[in-house]
Amino acid sequence: MKFTGNVWKYGADIDTDRIIPARYLNTSDPLELAKHCMEDEDPAFASRVQQGDIIVAEKNFGCGSSREHAPIAIKAAGISCVIARSFARIFYRNSFNMGLPILESDEAVDTASRGDVLEVDMDSGKIHNVTKGLRFKARPVPPFMQELIKAGGLMESIRKRGGI
Amino acid sequence: MRPMTITEKILAKHAGLKVVTPGDLINAKVDIALGNDITAPIAISEFRRIGAKKVFNRNKVILVPDHFTPNKDIKSATQVKILRDFALEQKLTHYYEGGDVGVEHALLPEKGIVVPGDLVIGADSHTCTYGALGAFSTGVGSTDLAAVMITGELWFKVPESIKFVFRGKLRKWVSGKDLILRIIGDIGVDGALYKAMEFTGGAIESLSIESRMAMCNMAIEAGAKSGIIPPDAITKAYVEKRAERPYKFYSSDKDAVYSEVREYDCADIEPQVACPHLPENTKNVSEVKNVRIDQVVIGSCTNGRLEDLAVAAKILKGKKVARLVRLIVIPATPFIYSEAMKRGYFDIFLKAGAVISPPTCGPCLGGHMGILAAGERAVATTNRNFVGRMGDVKSEVYLANPAVAAASAVKGKIAHPDEVV
Repeated sequence: MKFTGNVWKYGADIDTDRIIPARYLNTSDPLELAKHCMEDEDPAFASRVQQGDIIVAEKNFGCGSSREHAPIAIKAAGISCVIARSFARIFYRNSFNMGLPILESDEAVDTASRGDVLEVDMDSGKIHNVTKGLRFKARPVPPFMQELIKAGGLMESIRKRGGI
Repeated sequence: MRPMTITEKILAKHAGLKVVTPGDLINAKVDIALGNDITAPIAISEFRRIGAKKVFNRNKVILVPDHFTPNKDIKSATQVKILRDFALEQKLTHYYEGGDVGVEHALLPEKGIVVPGDLVIGADSHTCTYGALGAFSTGVGSTDLAAVMITGELWFKVPESIKFVFRGKLRKWVSGKDLILRIIGDIGVDGALYKAMEFTGGAIESLSIESRMAMCNMAIEAGAKSGIIPPDAITKAYVEKRAERPYKFYSSDKDAVYSEVREYDCADIEPQVACPHLPENTKNVSEVKNVRIDQVVIGSCTNGRLEDLAVAAKILKGKKVARLVRLIVIPATPFIYSEAMKRGYFDIFLKAGAVISPPTCGPCLGGHMGILAAGERAVATTNRNFVGRMGDVKSEVYLANPAVAAASAVKGKIAHPDEVV
């Protein structure tokens, strides 16, 4: 999987209430959730985000609630992947389970500015900041998680194992 | 054999292994799987999407619509209907609605559905609450819940543990809430990321089950996977009359390995307040001066239990809530509601000018039953004070224990209970 997109840059400890406020959780329709994605952090995000754009954030992205609506809203908004210094635990699991590509890289976070063009190769973990001419390698995705992605997510891996 | 922590022992047992080591990836059997009206609809939809027909065990999949109930609008009612239809179709033993429903993390321990030694997952981040009974319990997302509903198993990475030792006696008006807020203030909202938090020491050994639940409940606010307290006589007294299944007490080996050990002397800990907009922004209540408030919420899966209402009643007895301050009291379960009524707390709350809400998560997550306007400020016994958590993005939430919340309602500003009693 390779992505190219413009950076939306955010700070530390972006909680799931900021990714998708609870007042919109009376539905799980991805397109409805996408309309309100990042609303309390960046009201312009949902109307301006372009297909393929990339969120780059500081530490502990996705902290707080277990709502899978958070990665669902981000993906449905058109974001191709999220790069952060670190991810909160439940958000990390949810993203792999439902298929939102995420990577951890300090250097990419240190150097990316809003609007920079990034190229990301999920398989190799290579990140290229085209605007600034910088190249990095993300922390490797654990083999177990790679298997999960290859299987097509948690539900597909259960189906393939004959869990049903 | 490698010495193990209580967390490692419970995980090993459920994975059918003699020993586990932090970092191991294991597949473990799940005793209880929980979903609510926000998270379960996605799990049910995933369950159906891949063609599953039957839950792995109808006694072990628990659905509790507690977030937007009593249904706040048509969309919420539709979500709850998805749960109800599924519960009826699958003949789930534990489905609660109407006058039977309570805030999930107060309801499950009270009904004896979760017991010591269990491995519990819930599609709700505060599922870590049950560590107070000596269970391993952790929050997951909807897809993980769907996987467990089908297979009864889930993968886990065995976490490292951090040990927190609390010595000495708690000062007056200090509860489990203050101990956990103090920890989060020290280590930050990702200070225990991916780890298990184990709470021990003399002060924990004499802590009530309610206070223990408040502590483990907020382990997630430090980024932890779980929080746990080794079960003891206090645990036994609570569970033996409730447990619907046999239970087992686990304990950490003396030479078990921790990634870190932190020690506290309770003589140094006064009631804590977490200022906006992160639970790590904690201060001693005496340091938070002249913060005017518009609303006080006493309730939630953190502090909506009988002990919490009792201390609020003690402070509010014969007092009036400050003019134009809205005090909302939310007993967490029907049993707590009924017991609080019998003990006369409702008379005290009503005379003080409070609103008494039916059990619901409601305002804690800005759902309903007490939303804040721009510029408004609340003191809440809940667990999160993120931007916009209880309403408008320009509103503020200060987190505190029920004694501080009640005292603040009377004063109309954040106050130490000693200023009122």
